[in-house]
Amino acid sequence: MSNSGEGGPGANGILVRVDGVDRTFHRGAEEIHVLDGLDLEVPQGEFLALMGPSGSGKTTLLNLIGGLDRPTRGSVAIGGDRLESMSARRLAAWRARHVGLVFQFYNLLPVLSAARNVELPLLLTHMSGAERRRHVAVALEVVGLSHRANHYPRTLSGGEQQRVGIARAIVSDPTLLLCDEPTGDLDRKAGDEILDLLQALNAQHGKTIIMVTHDPHASARATRTVHLDKGQLSMEAPA
Amino acid sequence: MRFLRLVWGNLMRRKLRTSLTLLSVCVAFLLFGLLCIINEAFSAGVTMAGADRLIVRHKVSLIMSLPITYGARMQRIPGVDATTHWTWFNGIYQDDPRNFFGTFPVEPESFLAMHREYLLPPAEREAWLKTRTGAIVGRTLADRFGWKVGDRIPLMSPIWPRKGDGAWEFDIVGIYDGDKKSTDTSGFFFRYDYFDESRAEGQGLVGWYVVRVKDPDRAAEVAAAIDAEFANSPYETKAEPEGAFAQSFVEQIGSIGTILLAILSAVFFTILLVAGNTMAQAVRERTAELGVLKAVGFTNERVLGLVLVESCLLAAAGGLSGLAIAWLLTLGGSPIPAVFPVFYLPTRYLLIGVGLVLGLGILAGLLPALAAMRLRVAVALRRHA
Ligand SMILES: Nc1ncnc2c1ncn2[C@@H]1O[C@H](COP(=O)(O)OP(=O)(O)OP(=O)(O)O)[C@@H](O)[C@H]1O
Ligand SMILES: [Mg+2]
Repeated sequence: MSNSGEGGPGANGILVRVDGVDRTFHRGAEEIHVLDGLDLEVPQGEFLALMGPSGSGKTTLLNLIGGLDRPTRGSVAIGGDRLESMSARRLAAWRARHVGLVFQFYNLLPVLSAARNVELPLLLTHMSGAERRRHVAVALEVVGLSHRANHYPRTLSGGEQQRVGIARAIVSDPTLLLCDEPTGDLDRKAGDEILDLLQALNAQHGKTIIMVTHDPHASARATRTVHLDKGQLSMEAPA
Repeated sequence: MRFLRLVWGNLMRRKLRTSLTLLSVCVAFLLFGLLCIINEAFSAGVTMAGADRLIVRHKVSLIMSLPITYGARMQRIPGVDATTHWTWFNGIYQDDPRNFFGTFPVEPESFLAMHREYLLPPAEREAWLKTRTGAIVGRTLADRFGWKVGDRIPLMSPIWPRKGDGAWEFDIVGIYDGDKKSTDTSGFFFRYDYFDESRAEGQGLVGWYVVRVKDPDRAAEVAAAIDAEFANSPYETKAEPEGAFAQSFVEQIGSIGTILLAILSAVFFTILLVAGNTMAQAVRERTAELGVLKAVGFTNERVLGLVLVESCLLAAAGGLSGLAIAWLLTLGGSPIPAVFPVFYLPTRYLLIGVGLVLGLGILAGLLPALAAMRLRVAVALRRHA
């Protein structure tokens, strides 16, 4: 599925390479240096937990890796693809093929059924309706929600909505899953089920996962944990 | 189109708001359709006029008569091809002035030769030539009163009483159609010879002449020659192109077109604001969702397109139903045939209407669509938390 060059891992199996990245926001005259010369390498197949205090820039970093935002300085490369060199249109197409996004608040479209939400990324491909339905069915099967395919988001529990969110993220079989506090809005039991699912996707389907979380219980499921503070990453939780 | 489900879902999200907007657009286009119908009704007389025809009337006023002998004299003027005459009869049916329709004594042969826009079957033409009390009526008029060939129609005329009193009686011998949709078929024509011998006074007089010229380009020249022929007589004439004659009727009613245009502009401006506001709200409340679409790989242009399609769909659903209702209303015929004998929605106005629908959809959706397109993903996604 993922080969070298187009989104696949580069030499020595590194999939995500963040190199000297700054991200500065402007709020009025004030400059906020959220990320400051940040480096990160994520090998293919890793399940990485990203922790850090609120406002430390976790979402900002995830957005940069997912091509939703551009760094002020430095470079982000996924597989062989350097995101900063891509036009907005190419970046959108690249996202559709290579990244699955899971959000804290699920971000499902309320006007579409679960299956139609999952189908959304496939609308951008050349797949026929029948092919799309088959892929959607598989994705819903993986997250264990086949029986809820025609339900609308408001009729689903938080845990179920997040499963739909995950199904949408994996339906186009991306290399990389980016999850921003996927259990942040769920109770312990529902959260555990989501974590089981992510672990299975990582272990059995070989997905590389970067997961932002505040919850040590969640980060314990990851293969590695990094901490973000003051614009830099460290292996240890800040004191 | 595979995105239709999404567009449809978004339209149905606020059913009340969508319905109200739809209704306003529908009403606006219904109004557009009705005003076009009325405009067409008013201008039918003008467009119907033949370019090669002159109207010759009394110089002082349309209501003053001319001698019947003028026909033969005009026929001798170079450039004149044919002549016929009309007289205003002002017939009243069933003693009710609201039953108004145009009634004219004419000379059948020259009348039918002149007015080829009136189509009368040959058998009915023969019948008219044979029947002194015979009358032919237009299709619209016949339908209005349910008349058939063979019916006997009594009419009163406040202008032309009959010798020895009593109502005029006419036998319907034919029903004519128009060669075009815009041809007025609400007329009632009967024989001048019967009329002239039976009226109490005014023998030998007619209302006005219709003259066909051989060369339309020289119509003005011929008109001048006709007026010169009868100058300094007790019955001086004024000859003018038929279009101008009909136009003077329309101008008396006011510059209808200008008024209608002003009303329509105001209506469309308002409806643009209504639809534009609906779309702006729709996009604003959906910021996070637009962010999601972009996050999963929808390009900015595609998001722009989706909003525009939604806006056009809204305009089309409302606008086309409004136009359809206006069109359906004309199927029943004119509600007031006395005032609007010609009553239909011309295809060219329908096409303009469809163009306006599209224009409305694009204009109303443009600013919100551009805003949706410019929305930055990372910023839009933050709206949720
Ligand atoms: N578009 C923006 N404009 C201005 N400031 C921004 C913007 N995006 C993020 N920030 C600021 O950058 C900082 C980091 O934000 P970010 O959302 O990445 O933090 P986070 O670590 O994800 O926090 P949390 O745990 O609360 O989600 C915050 O101070 C935030 O206010
Ligand atoms: Mg965050």
